[in-house]
Amino acid sequence: MTITQTLQKGSAAAAGSGSVAAGSANDIVVDARDVHYDIGGRPIFSGLDVTVRKGRITAIMGPSGTGKSTLLRLITGQIVSAKGTVLVWGQDVATLGTREIYAMRKRMGMLFQNGALLTDLDVFENVAFPLREHTDLPEELIRTLVLTKLHAVGLRGAVELMPSELSGGMARRVALARAIVMDPEILIYDEPFAGLDPISLGVILRLIRQMNEGLGITSIVVSHDVQELATIAHDSYLMSGGRIVASGSPKELAASGSQIVKQFMTGSDDGPVPFHYPAPDYRKQLFGGDE
Amino acid sequence: MIPASGENLIFRLLRTVGQRIVFLAALLAQCVPSLARPRLIVLQVYNAGARSLIIIMLSGLFVGMVLGLQGFDLLQRFGSEDALGVAAALGLLKELGPVVTALLFAGRAGTSLTSEIGLMRATDQLTAMEMMAVDPMRYVAAPRFIGGIIAMPLLAAVFNLVGLFGAQLVGVQLMGVDRGAFWSQMQSSVELDDVSEGIIKSCVFGLACSLIAVYEGYHAEPTAEGVGLATTRTVVASSVLTLVLDYMLTAAFL
Repeated sequence: MTITQTLQKGSAAAAGSGSVAAGSANDIVVDARDVHYDIGGRPIFSGLDVTVRKGRITAIMGPSGTGKSTLLRLITGQIVSAKGTVLVWGQDVATLGTREIYAMRKRMGMLFQNGALLTDLDVFENVAFPLREHTDLPEELIRTLVLTKLHAVGLRGAVELMPSELSGGMARRVALARAIVMDPEILIYDEPFAGLDPISLGVILRLIRQMNEGLGITSIVVSHDVQELATIAHDSYLMSGGRIVASGSPKELAASGSQIVKQFMTGSDDGPVPFHYPAPDYRKQLFGGDE
Repeated sequence: MIPASGENLIFRLLRTVGQRIVFLAALLAQCVPSLARPRLIVLQVYNAGARSLIIIMLSGLFVGMVLGLQGFDLLQRFGSEDALGVAAALGLLKELGPVVTALLFAGRAGTSLTSEIGLMRATDQLTAMEMMAVDPMRYVAAPRFIGGIIAMPLLAAVFNLVGLFGAQLVGVQLMGVDRGAFWSQMQSSVELDDVSEGIIKSCVFGLACSLIAVYEGYHAEPTAEGVGLATTRTVVASSVLTLVLDYMLTAAFL
């Protein structure tokens, strides 16, 4: 069975079952424990704990500016935590050298919010890029692999287009094809739904599910699109104030009594996360001169 | 005792120089593996070199013509206008060729390199490469650095050639200097050392300008303003460094 056939098989999702705590220790792919990290003295994480299990879709949710993308940078070894450990496949990322980090990243794929396609290469060459850099495969095989991956994301006909000729949704699908061309064990999605129209959003959502079910790829999805994530995620984490405030299946999060979880899941504009940025008294500021 | 502000200035200067030296060392370490991909280097020689040809040739022509006019005016006062060819050749080969080419290179190719790499940073392309376990220093920075070093002496050679043609055009065709004297005196007086001095200067300027352009692009703030500021820094730093290095090299060759 080809990869494309496997992807197209696409059975119905059994998402939303089980909790993050379930499963054996052998299944743990990413394990972040008591992570502390700050930028310029401003704490981003203060005791963060996250576990990602093999073969599951793990959603990392939270309001803007809570450090979701920073968590991905910690997992991929782009930055190192000030305190605590981030274990990926049992290896402490902070202790790895450049060579080991690159070896680890070869087993990962990452989809960036804007696609991050190389603008001087066409679609074909963008997808072929990791293969050309890391393998000595013959040109014919590279062509077959690239076309297979592009077919899986529905863009086999766009091989000759340049990134500037693609829509936002198409660029993200090409980036997804590039992310899976080396058959990674983990796929990391950074805000995959941001700025997409409903059709493109539906396509990306279906592809994330298919990558997980068809290829068994462990997926980490960072997003604040609660409704979309609830349909595909097996495990969810809700971040706020530098730590995890809730975790479990999307159903468990929806049933949570926590005010912050309720506000986030229902999209209320005011609550534990205030509508107003901290400011002096409104009346005093309007009528009280310079105060 | 150095005042606090002076101490701060010295510290900043040392840090700036140190950062660039560290970057240069990292860049040089990636140059050898980068040579395994000659296609990327040829592409960068084309981008930095061939695409700068028009401005280099046009500038070379007019610099040569001005040199012909000024040289003729000066030499005529001493009755030695036949030495115009030598004066123009030495002026172009040793000074004007390498220096003006480097200044033009900083404005045309240097800014292009900085903004290109800066935008790649701003659009996550460099991070995407790192995530694909591809070192951007090897794939992006090193080929552009090598391409700039190769392109600079070639551009200076073209500048000199067109400049000499411009000087001849004004001196011989317009002012009536003897054609035979113009070329023969140049041939007998210009030494190989004069030519090699210009080539060495071009190579050094090429290294300095390419290093600054790649460094500024690589470390640009990933915003529109950040890329703009980095591009400005490239032109300013490259131009000043070219003139400083020119003085030092000229003093060393004398």
